[in-house]
Amino acid sequence: MEILDKITKSDYKYGFTTDIESDKAPNGINEDIIRLISSKKNEPEWMLQWRLEAFAIWQEMKEPEWANVTYKKPDFNAISYYSAPKSKKVLDSLDEVDPELLKTFAKLGISLDEQKRLSGVAIDIVVDSVSVKTTFKAKLAELGIIFCSMTEAIHEHPELVQKYLGRVVPRTDNFYAALNSAVFTDGSFCFIPKGVRCPMELSTYFRINESGTGQFERTLVIADEDSYVSYLEGCTAPMRDENQLHAAVVELFAMDGAEIKYSTVQNWYPGDVNGLGGVFNFVTKRGICERNAKISWTQVETGSAVTWKYPSCILKGENSVGEFYSVAVTNNYQQADTGTKMIHLGKNTKSTIISKGICAGKSNGSYRGLVKIGPRADNARNFSQCDSLLMGDGCGSHTFPYIEIANKSAQVEHEAATSKIGEDQLFYCNQRGIPTEEAIALIVNGYCKDVLSQLPMEFAVEAQKLLAVSLEGSVG
Amino acid sequence: MLHIKNLHASIEDNKILKGINLEVRPGEVHAIMGPNGSGKSTLSSVIAGREEYEVTEGSIEFLNEDLLSLSPEERAHAGIFLSFQYPVEIPGVSLTNFIKTSMNETRKAKGLEPYPAKDLLKKMRDCLELLEMDKGFLSRSLNEGFSGGEKKRNEIFQMALLEPKLAILDETDSGLDIDALRIVASGVNKLRSPKKSFVLITHYQRLLNYIEPDYVHVLFNGKIVRSGGKELAHELESKGYDWIKQELAEV
Ligand SMILES: Nc1ncnc2c1ncn2[C@@H]1O[C@H](COP(=O)(O)OP(=O)(O)OP(=O)(O)O)[C@@H](O)[C@H]1O
Ligand SMILES: [Mg+2]
Repeated sequence: MEILDKITKSDYKYGFTTDIESDKAPNGINEDIIRLISSKKNEPEWMLQWRLEAFAIWQEMKEPEWANVTYKKPDFNAISYYSAPKSKKVLDSLDEVDPELLKTFAKLGISLDEQKRLSGVAIDIVVDSVSVKTTFKAKLAELGIIFCSMTEAIHEHPELVQKYLGRVVPRTDNFYAALNSAVFTDGSFCFIPKGVRCPMELSTYFRINESGTGQFERTLVIADEDSYVSYLEGCTAPMRDENQLHAAVVELFAMDGAEIKYSTVQNWYPGDVNGLGGVFNFVTKRGICERNAKISWTQVETGSAVTWKYPSCILKGENSVGEFYSVAVTNNYQQADTGTKMIHLGKNTKSTIISKGICAGKSNGSYRGLVKIGPRADNARNFSQCDSLLMGDGCGSHTFPYIEIANKSAQVEHEAATSKIGEDQLFYCNQRGIPTEEAIALIVNGYCKDVLSQLPMEFAVEAQKLLAVSLEGSVG
Repeated sequence: MLHIKNLHASIEDNKILKGINLEVRPGEVHAIMGPNGSGKSTLSSVIAGREEYEVTEGSIEFLNEDLLSLSPEERAHAGIFLSFQYPVEIPGVSLTNFIKTSMNETRKAKGLEPYPAKDLLKKMRDCLELLEMDKGFLSRSLNEGFSGGEKKRNEIFQMALLEPKLAILDETDSGLDIDALRIVASGVNKLRSPKKSFVLITHYQRLLNYIEPDYVHVLFNGKIVRSGGKELAHELESKGYDWIKQELAEV
């Protein structure tokens, strides 16, 4: 498997390492720090109280140890919990950007303007981009859609935030969710009114420059009755972050007849080939479906040193539908423990889980999923398919399916398969003129087809390239 | 065109090829026959550049170039095509997508722009017709769930698209029904030209009724032990391999 070895040892070409002068809180966490965060953000009293309560809860909790990952636990008192970007050094042209980074961008097919934005270059056609954005904003406002930063939502729409925040991921849910609730700095807020179909993909791209994504992001998406929204989070461009610990919380509410499609591409710094550095990504994502509602999570996870993430659906209403489509790539010394929970409470609820793990190098990938059928969930149905693809002999993949059924009418199906990229497949491709790197990309994309096809078109194309880049190592 | 001299090859220290000499000139059709395990597929894999096999002695030249120094894909780009005895399945990759990648990588290697999608599609349709294949195959995953015969036919379909200079058909006739054999053979015959050469590996004289070879070779225990015209195939068909084994034992 020498060839595989050679090409899977990819060097991560980092994202923005722009010097950011920041307004930083002293290291450590205590009530004063939380008061500081809240006051820096000019928050109302209720928000501060909510945070303080979360902090009290967190202090009583222990870091979870059940996941199939090993890492040195972060020292929570060595972290600074607030750092507001003061000014970002703006580069004059792409010539000043690391050429390696530009190569990665080119490989990913990211447009020039996007490249500039991502690498902190001033965009020449400012007027244009501002006006485009304004047009979008105007269009959304016309439909009554609210799409803004969490900070803005706390000020402008306190009644909505108070009504929904922490309702599907309570502060007591888990260690990282509690921590996030105490110290989150920003995130996105989105509200789609009754009967409105959001006419465009809502993306964090739009507002990334306004507030910057943070270490402790908080996202809230509310789709009112019979509405529809497709939300994109993250981007395929590599993201470097000084902060080792990331603990985001995402909450989705799909009211009667509503549909939320939530797609994520995660490409945080995975650490170097020897397993040094890299982001710890501990994310809590959960959505609740009322009657006839549908939530569909799609994720392509290629980054981070340690990933701990289980986007879940609570299928509360009758006939509601939950879906989870995931591709998780681990390479070098990366570790991922990811999967989903489908909690069937209502009658005739349906869930589908398609998980595709890809392991290369010395990495470790685990699927962990729970399908729970409550006593009142008559005729609930679930289909799960959890596959893993191994590249080389140094990596490991594991599947931990948990099934709890409390209703006899349930139909639960589980399929799992582990395969290896075979020398036979590679040689066959080579023989037809396809070089090995392209062959791996082709085979991997074929393997992930069922997940990639769930992504919005442009995103899917980028994600395909991203998979190739994260596995090939020919960058630079 | 193809010039094999004293070729020795082994896999995991097992000597499989023990001094092969073979010359194929432009436009010629050579048939290679021989008992199971004699090294026919090994020879085709070594020509195509499979890295598991180690060439311990000898040389292969193709169009006056040292073939052994090229990677498998470079050999493909140079015009070598191998129709596999056991074509592999690649789930999730449609035949169209595979062919597009294959053709465009080949063009890229030659410094050409990718095929315009429309031309490529037309070419694919023409070749489907040539091999009397249903166009439904184009959207199916490569070889996945294809019957044995369909896989073989698909190999010849790709050969027709790639227009190689030298095509090695490793038991393409095995697993084909009578009609399919005729269709595949007539496909091959249509592709014959004074510049293109074929090496047919087969166990049966039947294929050679359709595609008439210029030479027939018998591979036995890693060596070509007998070469002749097409009548040699008839002789083998009626007498089996024992007489050759006996003759060899006597020497
Ligand atoms: N990895 C291996 N280790 C040891 N021996 C091997 C290995 N691979 C192939 N061989 C042996 O090499 C010999 C030649 O195999 P090859 O596939 O070339 O035969 P063949 O002439 O194509 O046979 P058939 O007519 O059955 O297709 C066989 O005896 C086979 O067992
Ligand atoms: Mg064989």
